[in-house]
Amino acid sequence: MAAPTSNKLILPRYRRDPEGTHPPLDSPGYRSTALRHPKQPLVLLPQMLTEVTGPLLGPGRLGEFDNDLTRQHAEEPQGQRILVHGRLLDGDGRGIPNSLIEIWQANAGGRYRHIGDNWPAPLDPNFDGVGRTITDSEGRYEFTTIKPGAYPWKNHDNAWRPAHIHFSVFGQAFTQRLVTQMYFPDDPLFFQDPIFNSIPDEKARQRMISRFDYSRTTDHWALAFEFDIVVRGREQSVFENEEEEDE
Amino acid sequence: MTTPSQTVGPYLAIGLPWEDGPTVVPEGTEGAVWIRGTVTDGEGNPVPDAMIETWQADPQGHFDHPDDPRGRVPGFRGFGRCPTKPDGSYEILTLLPGAIPGENGATQAPHIDVSVFARGLLHRVVTRIYFPENTEANAADAVLNSVPEDRRGTLIAAKTDDGYRFDVRLQGEAETVFFDV
Ligand SMILES: [Fe+3]
Repeated sequence: MAAPTSNKLILPRYRRDPEGTHPPLDSPGYRSTALRHPKQPLVLLPQMLTEVTGPLLGPGRLGEFDNDLTRQHAEEPQGQRILVHGRLLDGDGRGIPNSLIEIWQANAGGRYRHIGDNWPAPLDPNFDGVGRTITDSEGRYEFTTIKPGAYPWKNHDNAWRPAHIHFSVFGQAFTQRLVTQMYFPDDPLFFQDPIFNSIPDEKARQRMISRFDYSRTTDHWALAFEFDIVVRGREQSVFENEEEEDE
Repeated sequence: MTTPSQTVGPYLAIGLPWEDGPTVVPEGTEGAVWIRGTVTDGEGNPVPDAMIETWQADPQGHFDHPDDPRGRVPGFRGFGRCPTKPDGSYEILTLLPGAIPGENGATQAPHIDVSVFARGLLHRVVTRIYFPENTEANAADAVLNSVPEDRRGTLIAAKTDDGYRFDVRLQGEAETVFFDV
């Protein structure tokens, strides 16, 4: 391996998000944060090699029907078939290629296939609610699935989560790792949901709502929603480093 | 412009675990160590619906990544992922990372970056694992030195028979140091 000739390591740097973009860890309206949020202040971590790199998880992770949640069983699941598509972008609008996207969701009746979810809505034997895909060269992704139902939870009296799909993305660096939820336009349950409303900035909150996309609907087959996921943008920076002898 | 973070919720175990997630290297790999620990909340109770993710350099201190300016070194996944069990425990099998260059010509002590996700965490929290045998390197590490001395110990794993123990206390007594990355 060639020894570096410069004594400077040139690393990308990822811009910090404006105040209000992410929810405060202590969000009293969401009761489970009470005992789980750190009370000590966070310590600023300079972005160094470990932070500006990250796992590159490729197609080897995917099974044949991982991006079509309606075809993972012998029969089709119940519910409204939808296409969910969009792009994984960095903060400068550049698509992030070849990057793993994972989703999970409730079935059409709002029930998760999980031992902890046993409210009286039926499980669907033909729906697991798990999907994975890799973005293409322009950062595009798509899933075929069914529209998840709203579901109740115990946070407050008569609490219901608006319909949502959980998304997990990696981007290209540890700093860009993001888990979020995609919501649907005009959901009547937003007003009482402390998780959705935990985002202080109104414009930022709206970025979690997908757009109904008539242009990608398929006649007699599926409705379509578009959801772009934006992770932190980067800027070049340099930090000094002594020459490494040999390697 | 960034999409806001949201909690993984109570059912992360549906979507995120991989069969080989906890094994950064296959079992039986020479030199591999188990890092085990428990995630607990502000009352000291185990958190059974959390997930630990790890990211680290290889034993020579390199990353399988195009932005490692010394050149990408393929072959080591560097990434581990383990949901917690009902008793709040997790385990990761990996190789110890090497030291890596830091700022201003300094060297960073070997470390592993950790993300913690859970129901009740609206945003991941980030911490670092350091190793107890690297006494000198740890003493010289800029990040460790930026942490108040009385809390530094929460970032240093404890030696065990087959590796290390690293507990994550989300809140309260001996709360783990978390970083703003
Ligand atoms: Fe959910």
